Amino acid sequence: MSKPLNIVKSRFVPINIENIDTDQIIPARFLKATTKDGFGKNLFRDWRYYNDDESKTRADFPLNMSQFDGEILVAGKNFGCGSSREHAAWSILDAGFRVVISSFFADIFKNNALNNGVLPVQVSEDFLQRIFLQDNNTELTVDLEKQTITINSTGESDSFDINSYKKTCLLNGYDDIDYLISIKEDIQQFETQRA
Amino acid sequence: MSKTLFEKIWDTHIVKTIDDGPSVLYIDKHFIHEVTSPQAFTGLNKRGLKVLRPQQVVATADHNVPTLNQHLPIKEDLSRKQVEALIQNCAEHGIELYGLGHPFQGIVHVIGPELGITQPGMTIVCGDSHTSTHGAFGAIAFGIGTSEVEMVFASQCLLQSKPKLMRITINGELNKGVVSKDIVLYILSQITASGATGYAVEFAGSAIRSLSMEARMTICNMSIEMGGRCGLIAPDETTFDYINGRKFAPQGAEWNKKLSEWKELYSDADANFDKEIFIKAEDIQPMITYGTNPGMGIGVSETIPTTETINDNDRSGLSKSLAYMGLEQGATIKGQKIDYVFIGSCTNSRIEDLRMVASFVKGKKKAADVEVWIVPGSKQVEAQAIAEGIDKIFEEAGFQLRQPGCSACLGMNEDKIPAGKYCISTSNRNFEGRQGAGARTLLASPLTAAAAAITGVVTDVRELLN
Ligand code: SF4
Repeated sequence: MSKPLNIVKSRFVPINIENIDTDQIIPARFLKATTKDGFGKNLFRDWRYYNDDESKTRADFPLNMSQFDGEILVAGKNFGCGSSREHAAWSILDAGFRVVISSFFADIFKNNALNNGVLPVQVSEDFLQRIFLQDNNTELTVDLEKQTITINSTGESDSFDINSYKKTCLLNGYDDIDYLISIKEDIQQFETQRA
Repeated sequence: MSKTLFEKIWDTHIVKTIDDGPSVLYIDKHFIHEVTSPQAFTGLNKRGLKVLRPQQVVATADHNVPTLNQHLPIKEDLSRKQVEALIQNCAEHGIELYGLGHPFQGIVHVIGPELGITQPGMTIVCGDSHTSTHGAFGAIAFGIGTSEVEMVFASQCLLQSKPKLMRITINGELNKGVVSKDIVLYILSQITASGATGYAVEFAGSAIRSLSMEARMTICNMSIEMGGRCGLIAPDETTFDYINGRKFAPQGAEWNKKLSEWKELYSDADANFDKEIFIKAEDIQPMITYGTNPGMGIGVSETIPTTETINDNDRSGLSKSLAYMGLEQGATIKGQKIDYVFIGSCTNSRIEDLRMVASFVKGKKKAADVEVWIVPGSKQVEAQAIAEGIDKIFEEAGFQLRQPGCSACLGMNEDKIPAGKYCISTSNRNFEGRQGAGARTLLASPLTAAAAAITGVVTDVRELLN
């Protein structure tokens, strides 16, 4: 079970960089944990600090800038490429984000996010650029039921795709394992037929 | 109805399909390692469940392990705990573990094929994106996240939507000095690091058919670097010969039965692909990357692109990438000084890779100020290299032959490239910090890496081949 998600109305943190890979989201040296907690503080670790030193913050990185805040992360095209580490989704969730907006997502990241109650919202490149143009007080509204995203100050809106099964899961906080366990007999029957 | 290779395998593994949703895909083989499995076991235990089909799971320790003194306890606390957790979880759930000290231990994508566990027509998953490697045998093999590892533990199934299908056909003869790593780096440079996102990619054509199994694995390994869900190559005599006689390969009557099934695994002549790409083998040069994603590659003798000449996809990132790499637009990359050479990873750490390097460096010495690490993909590769005397050739050249593991491919253990240093690497990712914070990675073939080890600078290997 993850926390159900429907409407997220919030300011956003913009990271206007393309091809952000999961090694940037959470560097490999932080993958040594055996639990899912506490990854948020190392989200984008090497872009947040100089020389891996928490006292040397990079003032120009949006996550470090006090004017940016919210439950929505907005990033450039091809977000989440590279390694399959689910730690990337955990660190984003643990840092307080429920929605990631980009014009393109890598497949594995998209699945990992959905499996952890984080909604990847894929918008057109044009709409993405319009979000980046907004100032830091702008709120966005992501409505999962209606599959729309709106820039509240201007009223501009775009729609996004999500398959209806995943949508139901997110709206209710279900996960795939509950479903897979519920069809155990079908799986056993399949195995018998193939044998 | 005519079908693609992918569809032939996919269709026989669907347990059921949810209306307007994903399909339930049955998984034949599940590989696990220490880094992406602990939270899945914890999740399973919390639900009070056991691994449903432990005989279909195989475990190894690779990502976190040291490559020196593997007989000693792992020094680093967290790494040791992860490896210990794997040992305990496997024991509790009855899973076969090829851990440290075991003669089959090694990088998960090296040991599966070499033990004959990876076979045509299978569905194979692992909590690791380079699971695509196994597709070289004509299998559907793809990386999954930890939640999905838990799903496969619990049900031997995954919920999956069918990807779109792409075929990349490479016909013709390869140039001198060009090997399979160059083919895949070339494809990446043409279609970019997101060119295959959403697709299952079949590699075909005479240039692919002419490759050995190990060379084919290098190509499928990096299909994830194009964003591909998986990569596959139709099995043929090369595939069957490779599998025959391996530890877990089918035997006797079972072998004959399997063989006749495997021979049906190819894309029918009029099968439909959503996208087709054609490449001439003659166009491929020895390749190297200059940037911070694997699509940013050029022929070793070419110049680094400029904002005007680069593809759209990488334009906005070019300056940032080159600043990180300490390289200039429009400059030649040949002659760039190198500090480290890493020959290893699930892309290029198999015995053929080591043989290729050994036959090139035999009688030569490494450049004085270059550090050279050769990390075999598995204990079996290591043993084979020693049996063939390859270890002696490396020793005379001043190369360090280390013990098996992922090593400097991702720098989770102690094998890190220091900040600002240049490493020519046979691995698959040149992301910022991949080989250590601030490390500068140039991806290349084992041959091109070996050439740089000898000269100390980026070198066009063709100039050193007679
Ligand atoms: S060698 Fe590198 S890419 Fe391959 S499994 Fe290990 S860390 Fe991943």
